[in-house]
Amino acid sequence: MIAELGHFATILALVLALLGATVPHVGIARGDSRLMAVADNAAIGQFLMAIIAFGALMYSYIISDFSVYAVAANSHSAKPMLYKIAGVWGNHEGSLLLWILMLTLFAAALSLKGRKLPQRFRTRVIAVQSALVVGFLLFILFTSNPFVRLDPAPFEGNGLNPLLQDPGLAFHPPMLYLGYVGLSVAFSFAVAALIEGEVTPLWARWVRPWTLVAWMFLTAGIILGSWWAYYELGWGGWWFWDPAENASFMPWLVATALLHSAIVVEKRDALKSWTILLSIVAFSFSLLGTFLVRSGVITSVHAFANDPARGVFILGFLVVVIGGALTLYAWRAPKLTPGGLFGLVSRESALVLNNILLSTFAGVVLVGTLYPLVLEATGSGQISVGAPFFDFGAIVLMSPLIVALGFGPLLAWKRGRLPRAATTLLPALVVALVVGLFTYWQTAGGVVMTAFGLLLATWLLASVAMEIAERTQLFKNPAGFLRRLRHLPRASWGMSLAHSGVAVLLFGITISEAWTEEKLVIMQRGDTAEVGDYSVRFDGVAPVTGPNYTAIQGHFYASPKSGGADIMLEPQDRLYTDPVMNTTEAAIHSMLSGDLYAVIGEAAGGGRWSVRLYFKPFVVGLWLGAAMMVLGGLLSLSDRRLRVGAPKAKKLSAEA
Amino acid sequence: MMRALTAFLLTIALTVAALAVAVDEKPLEDPAKEAMARELMKELRCVVCQNQSIEDSNADIARDLRQIVRERIAMGDTPDNVKAYLVDRYGDYVLLEPPLKPTTYFLWGSPFIFLGFVVYMVLRSRKKPVAPAPLSAEEQAELDTILGKREDDA
Repeated sequence: MIAELGHFATILALVLALLGATVPHVGIARGDSRLMAVADNAAIGQFLMAIIAFGALMYSYIISDFSVYAVAANSHSAKPMLYKIAGVWGNHEGSLLLWILMLTLFAAALSLKGRKLPQRFRTRVIAVQSALVVGFLLFILFTSNPFVRLDPAPFEGNGLNPLLQDPGLAFHPPMLYLGYVGLSVAFSFAVAALIEGEVTPLWARWVRPWTLVAWMFLTAGIILGSWWAYYELGWGGWWFWDPAENASFMPWLVATALLHSAIVVEKRDALKSWTILLSIVAFSFSLLGTFLVRSGVITSVHAFANDPARGVFILGFLVVVIGGALTLYAWRAPKLTPGGLFGLVSRESALVLNNILLSTFAGVVLVGTLYPLVLEATGSGQISVGAPFFDFGAIVLMSPLIVALGFGPLLAWKRGRLPRAATTLLPALVVALVVGLFTYWQTAGGVVMTAFGLLLATWLLASVAMEIAERTQLFKNPAGFLRRLRHLPRASWGMSLAHSGVAVLLFGITISEAWTEEKLVIMQRGDTAEVGDYSVRFDGVAPVTGPNYTAIQGHFYASPKSGGADIMLEPQDRLYTDPVMNTTEAAIHSMLSGDLYAVIGEAAGGGRWSVRLYFKPFVVGLWLGAAMMVLGGLLSLSDRRLRVGAPKAKKLSAEA
Repeated sequence: MMRALTAFLLTIALTVAALAVAVDEKPLEDPAKEAMARELMKELRCVVCQNQSIEDSNADIARDLRQIVRERIAMGDTPDNVKAYLVDRYGDYVLLEPPLKPTTYFLWGSPFIFLGFVVYMVLRSRKKPVAPAPLSAEEQAELDTILGKREDDA
């Protein structure tokens, strides 16, 4: 009954979305504001229906109603409640429904928050958003309906992949989806602007906060997934350039570019056509990412071919949405009035360089991700495109970005002066070179990349500091420094924080990659092994029972050589029952200096166990850096300039 | 459908099945050779995994490959020899860094192709604006009042 309610709500949402996607355009054509208002009402209605549908599915999971197909395929009665709930979106059907829920949430938010937009434009935006909802609902109802009943109902469900039964991964998909779907707003704004044939600074001022929100969720979602890989897969790796990761990274790269190009539109009324294109591409990558991961095409081309209905629909949908938007772009973009001019050396140019490098990198990741699929599908052989290829792209394209990132904020709009920025940044350059050369010399000329990574990270961090010093006239006029520091706009703090986050992240990557210590040992009770500055004693194992698994838990005590309290480490080797699967639960003790990381392996007979111990210096930098980026976004979002309609907003932005 | 699903889940369980640290894994005696082996492991794909190298995978095949790499390196093979040996058995698929050959020209060329394309698109977006239409007398008058007001303020 409840599942049928959900099914019914899904159908009703489709009807509402169809109305919301068509009637408002008629209203605009006829100048009939009652018809235009359908967009708003439909948006709210779809959202309510999506809540009911999603709630019904969640309820079926909570009570373990195995007569519902999606529940039987992905849940199990013995699963802890958190994973019963997380199981709702841990599979193809449920995750699509979550997508729809968020898509309608954003449509409703646009309708409620967008009252200050001109009605005609707002109507267009919401109608485009509704059209996206239609596509997804059709997909769910015709190929991936989670509410299908099973008769007879199985006695027990299939269970959720134990690797996914983890708090980090329970919240990873919703975060990521909020990011993916958040980019739909920029897309709808872009399409609406193309239809209306006008892009104004006001447009950018609207698009930027929405993109910023999406970007923050994407960043958080990606890092949450990375963190999960780090502690759950048991090898201390946090990024594999696997297709699922790439699928989330591509929209992130483009969204980052979009954030920056929208600034140029907002402040200088330039780069309009390019920004529209980025908005379309960013959401296209979101769609592509979702479908790549959820259709199974990346696991194998054959899995995709096994279910042609889904595959054909997906391809069709991508062609209609992406192709349609790009066609509209090709047709309408040339009509956009070009905006402000700027010199080769200017803040605009720096942001253009940012855009060029980020988008190129997104393109490279796209090719690298799809290339093996295309080769296999065309029968030209099987290849792997892995870390070495992507690392190459990252180094070639992201290093210049970080160099430029130091200069960008110091250049004036329209026409900047490079020598002046260079003078300001001289101390940063000196510090960075010293750090880089010292590292190079210390590691006996061994690892060039380590020295280079540290050089770049130091450069970035130091130039952010120099930029703040310059802005507050720390050196020229130290008296008023604190007052000026206090009065820096939040957007500027947000930028500095996010940029230093990149530096911290880079420190984390470089340091942990270069100086990780690893010990692969067979230990018995009472044995000690040395890793990092710790001597780790093994104190035997004990069996442990969880709700749906049994485990062997190892006990280790790590004592710092420099003295101090012992650190207890208790890694587990778990055996899940439904489905049967072995997982390793690494024990991690995080410190600012580094992580102690212990994994217990197989029994070697005679009370001996194989053990892997790591000391990974400054891995915390990864999570810390990402957190700084998200916080920077939040800070920037809270800047009054972005509170559209705030009466003084315009004046403020003119000063900045 | 159910059967296909069960089969699918079973495949996942079997391939991803984390069989933890193998007992028989011992680093090579010679630290230089061990380091060489470890570097090589990073470049070899655990063939049943999603782009994971054999250096950080629990899968059985990854363990077997690690053993082969260590054996070969211990016997005095160069990393290139070991790669050639594995490519003979698993094809280019085992290399995480795709080799440069006609089928991968586009892949390796993609950074430059995209760079060119993106630069073109951005520059197109930056074309010279047309001069705005001159103000009508009415607009000019309005502008003058506004500007006049500004001056009064200042």
